Amino acid sequence: METQIMSCESDDLNLKATELRLGLPGTDPALEKQSSNKRALSEIDSCSDAKNGEQDRRAPPAKGQVVGWPPVRSYRKNCLQQKKSETDGSGMYVKVSMDGAPYLRKIDLKVYQSYLDLLKALQNMFKCTIGVYTEREGYNGSDYAPTYEDKEGDWMLVGDVPWEMFVTSCKRLRIMKGSEAKGLGCL
Amino acid sequence: MSEDRAEMSEDGGESSSPSSATKPRGCDVSGGGDYLSPSADQVLDNVLDNVLLFLTSRRDRNAASLVSKSWWRAEALTREELFIGNCYAVSPRRVTERFRRVRAVTLKGKPRFADFNLMPPNWGAHFAPWVAAMGHRYRALEKLCLKRMRVKDEDLELLARSFPCFKELVLVCCDGFGTSGLAMVASKCRQLRVLDLTEDDVIDDEVDWISCFPEGETSLESLIFDCVDCLIDFEALEQLVTRSPSLKKLRLNRYVNIGQLYRLMIQAPQLTHLGTGSFSPSEIVAQGDQEPDYVSAFAACRSLVCLSGFREITSDYLPAIYPVCANLTSLNFSYANISAEQLIPVIRHCHKLQILWVLDSVCDEGLHAVAATCKDLRELRVFPVDAREDGEAPVSDVGLLAISEGCSKLQSILYFCQRMTNAAVIAMSKNCPDIVVFRLCIMGRHQPDHITDEPMDEGFGAIVKNCKKLTRLAVSGLLTDRAFSYIGQYGKLVRTLSVAFAGNSDMGLKYVLEGCPRLQKLEIRDSPFGDSALHSGLHHYYNMRFLWMSSCKLTRQGCKEIAQRLPRLVVEVINGSEEDEMEDDFFDVLYMYRSLEGPRADAPRFVTIL
Repeated sequence: METQIMSCESDDLNLKATELRLGLPGTDPALEKQSSNKRALSEIDSCSDAKNGEQDRRAPPAKGQVVGWPPVRSYRKNCLQQKKSETDGSGMYVKVSMDGAPYLRKIDLKVYQSYLDLLKALQNMFKCTIGVYTEREGYNGSDYAPTYEDKEGDWMLVGDVPWEMFVTSCKRLRIMKGSEAKGLGCL
Repeated sequence: MSEDRAEMSEDGGESSSPSSATKPRGCDVSGGGDYLSPSADQVLDNVLDNVLLFLTSRRDRNAASLVSKSWWRAEALTREELFIGNCYAVSPRRVTERFRRVRAVTLKGKPRFADFNLMPPNWGAHFAPWVAAMGHRYRALEKLCLKRMRVKDEDLELLARSFPCFKELVLVCCDGFGTSGLAMVASKCRQLRVLDLTEDDVIDDEVDWISCFPEGETSLESLIFDCVDCLIDFEALEQLVTRSPSLKKLRLNRYVNIGQLYRLMIQAPQLTHLGTGSFSPSEIVAQGDQEPDYVSAFAACRSLVCLSGFREITSDYLPAIYPVCANLTSLNFSYANISAEQLIPVIRHCHKLQILWVLDSVCDEGLHAVAATCKDLRELRVFPVDAREDGEAPVSDVGLLAISEGCSKLQSILYFCQRMTNAAVIAMSKNCPDIVVFRLCIMGRHQPDHITDEPMDEGFGAIVKNCKKLTRLAVSGLLTDRAFSYIGQYGKLVRTLSVAFAGNSDMGLKYVLEGCPRLQKLEIRDSPFGDSALHSGLHHYYNMRFLWMSSCKLTRQGCKEIAQRLPRLVVEVINGSEEDEMEDDFFDVLYMYRSLEGPRADAPRFVTIL
């Protein structure tokens, strides 16, 4: 199963994929992301004739997503959002400790969109390398492994659960030395 | 008048085009000779009135009203429940002139795709002219149900003042009003039994509307306000519940914590429907703190059949609901971000469950558990925690297949996912023959079957072919015109169809418009259907409630031609954002609907009626 981290890395470079366009199916560059050779290309090509010139006059909105898609009402989206922001009032600050560092830091989880974002920030903050996450091996091979304490008091490896779930259940972070983290990484 | 009769008939295969004058056939008893005196007429009318009183279905009534003039008249005088599927199809004045003794009204406004920000919010659907007309003519009004209407506080005030017998107010997906309006209803509608607010956008005027209910015993049976996102006075609520002995349905908002919920539950063990508010304590509860006995509170509610809420859930408290699980027929966890591990111990008690709404956080594994236990399941909705195209979604074809294998009585499904296969959809079509509503949303646009990489045509084709009772369908994923040919060929009962990012050419839409005689509501976005396809539906548009097409291949000229050919159709072209000037040829949305009234007078600037 693809992890969020890996897909985020490709998203960062693939700006075209997140560009909003009012073009029609078949002209959509997002299609190229998937394996295109097996699909019935002929059927798709037939609609890639003239893009509707009139529609192209519209500049795409700033967001990277299409308006109103997927079709989930804002009411429902907001309700799930609320839970996140309510956790700590105006932010979701959690303490971050790193093995060997003299003092702790605090970060606001709300500020990050994804694991990639978070790990980049942590690496920056503590001047360390955390490495790449795999579901099988965890952070094996890197100097440090990020772990967190969840609502139930258990220490978990950062990256196992979907981002949204992580953000709502994370109470504090600890960047463990690679050798110690091995126990968490391989089950 | 003959046109009125044809237009007022909802759905049904009988509706004729308005241009055909329907001569009143019917028994013209008095036309014969002097032998049949007027009194025989009166007798007949009396009999008719009394018989028609028993006719409740609006389709039956519509048919009855077409028989003859006297039947039309009798039906109009005896109809008590009014259903208006599109508030612009008919005017308040026309309605109140025809039907004189109405007690219950259902009124629907904005098209559904407006929920997804595809057009500016001030499009219309104002309740004001309706409440004004009804306040005048329907003094005996008891029930009102509004969906997607713009309702202002003044409207609610007028409502509260105008109808002394008013008993039930149901507002679904409405906006424009606030807690002040609610306060009016609470304080002035002395016979209020039902106040149901579902997914409305309520303005917080900081008015304590709960305190506005009159003193003394109330007749409240249902109080649903989980969408009212405003602080309430808990003491006032507690007292209200205490003095409402008939209260059966109570859905709280997230400002009620679990400790407060407990206090309410012990006051109202007779509840059948409970929405829990936020299912967590107001502050951190340390180990060993004395907490109320939540389990007993739930156990005491022996009649509880429907549970919802669980906003901001602290899953530690979930076991409290175990005592009621065995009786539950409806469970809504769709605001609770719970995992499979958290769901399973709950769901395995829920043998009688018929309706389940969950978030995809329960994963395929959670759905497996549902399939294993809930053999009576009729309706399933799986919503995404992460509602983005490229997000993670932990449910897939695996979960869908499991459900199809375990829940053969399934009638309605709404399923959001990122990965799907034709095989799973085909399996569902065969395992669940009773499906009436099939809505599958593969969130990534143009996503093929993730194993075979083929379009999802065969899956949806199997649904229309094998699910013979299917009336509502929403498609997604990579779809070619073939999918639509299947829908046209087999979807003979389909009334509502939702299409997004699908199809290759005009043929797709043509298949549907030519093949689906029962089609009432068609909503399409971002699909390559153009004027020629639009043209192919001319024979059918008067039979439909509406057609919505946005970001397709239509031109203004093409839409104009439709408007010219069908004078009883209101053809609106709408700009997606309010600031843009209406350019010559460009528009975002086509929304067209049959109407007796012609172009509406309240259209905002970004709407042009052709």
